[in-house]
Amino acid sequence: MTLMTRELKASFAFVERNFNLTKRYWGWEVAFLVYAVAGALAVSLIGAGQNDTRLLLTLVIGAVFWNYLSVVFSFIAETVSWERWEGTLEYTFMAPVRRYAQMLGSTLYAVIFGFVHTVVVLVVLALFFELDLSQANFGTAAVFMVLGSVSFIGIGIMTAILPLMYVERGAQMTFVLQSVLLLISGVYYSIDVLPGWMQVASNFSPATYVLDGVRAGLIDGVGTADLLRDVWPLALMGIVFIPLGLWAFGRAERYAKRTGKLKRVG
Amino acid sequence: MTGLLQEPKTEPMRAPVPAAPPSRTRRTLPEDGVPALLVEHVTKQFLVGRKRKPVTAVKDISLRIRRGEIYGVLGANGSGKSTFIRLVSTLLTLDTGKVEVFGHDIERDEMAVKRLINRVSVDAAFFKKLSPFENLAYAARLYGMDPKSARQQAIAILARLGISEKRLGRPLEQMSRGMQQKVAIARALLTSPTLLLLDEPTTGLDPRSKLDVQSFIEDLRDGHDATIVLTTHDLAEADRLCDRIAIINDGRIVVEETPEALKVLVAERHGQEPTMESVFMTFTGRSLDDDLDNENDENDEG
Ligand SMILES: Nc1ncnc2c1ncn2[C@@H]1O[C@H](COP(=O)(O)OP(=O)(O)O)[C@@H](O)[C@H]1O
Ligand SMILES: [Mg+2]
Repeated sequence: MTLMTRELKASFAFVERNFNLTKRYWGWEVAFLVYAVAGALAVSLIGAGQNDTRLLLTLVIGAVFWNYLSVVFSFIAETVSWERWEGTLEYTFMAPVRRYAQMLGSTLYAVIFGFVHTVVVLVVLALFFELDLSQANFGTAAVFMVLGSVSFIGIGIMTAILPLMYVERGAQMTFVLQSVLLLISGVYYSIDVLPGWMQVASNFSPATYVLDGVRAGLIDGVGTADLLRDVWPLALMGIVFIPLGLWAFGRAERYAKRTGKLKRVG
Repeated sequence: MTGLLQEPKTEPMRAPVPAAPPSRTRRTLPEDGVPALLVEHVTKQFLVGRKRKPVTAVKDISLRIRRGEIYGVLGANGSGKSTFIRLVSTLLTLDTGKVEVFGHDIERDEMAVKRLINRVSVDAAFFKKLSPFENLAYAARLYGMDPKSARQQAIAILARLGISEKRLGRPLEQMSRGMQQKVAIARALLTSPTLLLLDEPTTGLDPRSKLDVQSFIEDLRDGHDATIVLTTHDLAEADRLCDRIAIINDGRIVVEETPEALKVLVAERHGQEPTMESVFMTFTGRSLDDDLDNENDENDEG
């Protein structure tokens, strides 16, 4: 019990630190937010231009939820590369903190930050367009938001290993992975339009199920109970990826300490 | 001030170190009991570059450091000092051998060891945009400390090092190297380590900051029960601060003695001047300015 409280308290170190980083890098945060808003608007305007309310809603949902998921993903996946860049990685790894506490703290902040970020995008879109949400089932959207977070936290942790193992390439790999997820998950289009092999790949992206579920809920008012086809893959990915990710992270840390990948100079 | 200056956290069964007399040469340290740091036959090899050329950074090092001792590791660039410090800091795994910190095995008892140690490296590794306070609060929380009392301690330590509280709220990147290094020292002391690892803490500092840091270490040595491992390639610094010095060359410890004994040794046995310079030349066959590191300096991207 005391161990648990100790680790929980330590995990707050990461929340507070990341909050301070956001504050100090506020200029960049604003710039990225503007970029996110502009991107979401640009895509949604395609739907508005077609005078197709269903298409508009499909695009808005894609933009908003992808924004949330990608922010959560990149925050977690970049915990190591960020500290590598700052030069603090060794100090964090030297501290008497368990990795799960570190991940918990990083994850908590990622979810809060992603949520706030996304609400801003959503508010701008809502001001811009008249969205027809008369049918919407918000409960479904909330459930998928939670499930999506869990599964993305899982792959975020798995991906965070790459920068640990590959000093420079790792960060590039996480970036590429995020791009691939955007492409295969049907963020702005139905996955049916993708080539066959990409459709197969899309089954492995949690975003595919999140977007399918949220769209069914918000556009057609479908309840969670009728969306089990999307619920179980997400739940499964969360249950498998989070523990697997933590385990693999531990292995990767060990590898990095054996081969001298944490830091070399100085 | 606290940190190292506080009572030790472990090994209460041993008699406390007697108050240190002003001069190092007459310091008496207890020989018995659990060593602060025990290193036995430790080796570490890296595979460097595309061709994965093996480089043995640390070769079969053994040593025993008593509580309260300031132990110097003196060596040229690339001789393996930082690798040694990282091995003790749990940042690298051992290829062979064992390390114990106050009786805790570094592999089996990693968390316990982590709580007992802290380290200062050549580069003051901080979140550059965060203020010293924010950086120190992060460190304090990681070590399970209350950030408020940590703040008070940090103010006290930094005041002693000549940095006023006013400077501590602005981004760290606005500070000079010397100041940043002082904040790094405060960060390490904050967690009350019983074993403090200082890896070239004064390298690259301006003369003034260098003196500040050295006299602070002297304070820790003279007034308190601090066990410190100090690596340096500054002969005068090693001579001034350390109770014992190990000279490391190509990953191997070639000699280990008190500074006085080293000087006597080269004078009597080798007929050299009794200076640290001739000590170093005699035992390593090179001058301290030689850089051993260049041939291995390929990019280690793998
Ligand atoms: N993480 C690492 N990966 C590969 N080689 C390393 C690493 N760390 C140190 N080395 C090599 O080991 C040798 C000793 O380096 P180091 O311990 O940094 O020496 P010092 O601190 O005395 O300058 C050097 O040849 C260096 O290139
Ligand atoms: Mg070094």
